[in-house]
Amino acid sequence: METIVKIRDVHFEYMNFEEQEIAALDGVDLDVQKGEFIVIIGHNGSGKSTLAKHINALLQPSRGTVWIKGMDASDEENLWNIRQTAGMVFQNPDNQLVATIVEEDVAFGPENLGIPSTEIRKRVDSALAAVGMSEFSDAAPHFLSGGQKQRVAIAGVLAMKPDIIVLDEPTAMLDPSGRQEVLNTVKYLNKHEGITVIHITHFMEEAVDADRVVVMEDGKVILEGTPREVFEQVDLLKEIGLDVPQVTELAHELRCEGLDIPPDVLTVEEMVDALCQ
Amino acid sequence: MLKDITIGQYYPGRSPVHLLDPRVKIAITFLFIFIVFFIKSYIGYAILFAYLLFTIIISTIPPKLILKSLRPLLFVIILTFVINMFFTVGEDVIVRFWKLTITREGLNQAIFMALRLIFLVMGTSILTLTTSPIELTDGLEYILSPLKVFNFPAHELAMMMTIALRFIPTLMEETDKIMKAQMARGADFETGNLIQRAKSLVPLLVPLFISAFRRADELAMAMEARCYRGGENRTRLKVLKTETRDYIAIALTCVMIFFIMLDRYMF
Repeated sequence: METIVKIRDVHFEYMNFEEQEIAALDGVDLDVQKGEFIVIIGHNGSGKSTLAKHINALLQPSRGTVWIKGMDASDEENLWNIRQTAGMVFQNPDNQLVATIVEEDVAFGPENLGIPSTEIRKRVDSALAAVGMSEFSDAAPHFLSGGQKQRVAIAGVLAMKPDIIVLDEPTAMLDPSGRQEVLNTVKYLNKHEGITVIHITHFMEEAVDADRVVVMEDGKVILEGTPREVFEQVDLLKEIGLDVPQVTELAHELRCEGLDIPPDVLTVEEMVDALCQ
Repeated sequence: MLKDITIGQYYPGRSPVHLLDPRVKIAITFLFIFIVFFIKSYIGYAILFAYLLFTIIISTIPPKLILKSLRPLLFVIILTFVINMFFTVGEDVIVRFWKLTITREGLNQAIFMALRLIFLVMGTSILTLTTSPIELTDGLEYILSPLKVFNFPAHELAMMMTIALRFIPTLMEETDKIMKAQMARGADFETGNLIQRAKSLVPLLVPLFISAFRRADELAMAMEARCYRGGENRTRLKVLKTETRDYIAIALTCVMIFFIMLDRYMF
């Protein structure tokens, strides 16, 4: 296994309106393996978005180092290579589409990289096909739904042929069907295109299928492991104000009432099995 | 309703005029404007009119649309006509009443000025009716790019136009939303005199501007994340290409100019 993202003791501070220094990241260590699907959860202000922007070199750590595919992110020379390697999808679908036509927008990244136009054409077509938006290639973005816009944004990143996609709460502004659309697309890309996915969210349900879940609180990683290992810690998660998936919570409650149910139930099917034994 | 606003007055179609390279169309339009002011005879205007008519016919644009584009300028055209008719100094008096005289020179001048304005509007309308805003932007970027030598920001200008076109519908939708939200809280946008109405726009404009700035900030970050670093070494998905039809259009325009020159200098 190749470690594609290596974050060591990263600190980051920013000034709030009262000129106080706030530590957004307070010594974060994180390794991401190639091809992994990793979900970062944490509530507002936990530093998860700040961490995401470090992976794309949009922010530079005040202390510590970030390596992307072996490249030091604080080195000016690696900047564009890192941004091409680690693509980023943001929360607001409207504020990240640049062009007035879907395919022009998908082409924006490769155009910036200076790729010849015949190659851009190929990349745009295959990126749109990968997110299932081929039939909308001539549409104007403002005619699309939120989920479709996010898929276009993902295609725009894909067309740059990244190894990693960082998604910074891409589902936060979407309705449930839009969320499902985006999530399915991301899972497909991880499984079939072998792209490393770092998905940031505060919907616990989206973490269930991840390879690994990272929980952040106050600029630190406080919990890390498979979804089962993480969601077992119902009490700890509740303490810091996070939810666990509904079924897991139900299992926890039932256990507290004395029923013999495993603590790491994640899906309804597992619950059914556990109850029917 | 806000979703189907169209920007500009593009009339979609696939006619030969629509399919022309936007650079060629813009260049021809500039040439056309120059010619309009160059002509000084009725025969010249007849040739120009024939050229215009031919273009309109093959562009499949309903003539009604082109006439419509004249409407906002009707007042200016009439005013120019009247002023030129009465105030041009000349000798060959046709009519004289009260203190006003109409001379042959004045009448000619008035007709020329009116024709110039009409042709100007019609010619430029054909450009904007047959070219989508995106094509226009692309064409302008290419045409202006030689000026980069003098530090003229051709790429930045085109990028700004593209982003403006992209965000007009988004901001319109947002205006609609804010307006409804403020109306729900008792804001009144419809009554009162002009000053009161202007004042009532403040609760609409303040949130709109704040959100526009936030959007701009986020968009800038998203563009940087996608490796945007200005126009240098940038390639394009769609490369503008001149084809046979472009050369035909240029040739036809040259023929038109040739006859106009002939008319002006030979007779």
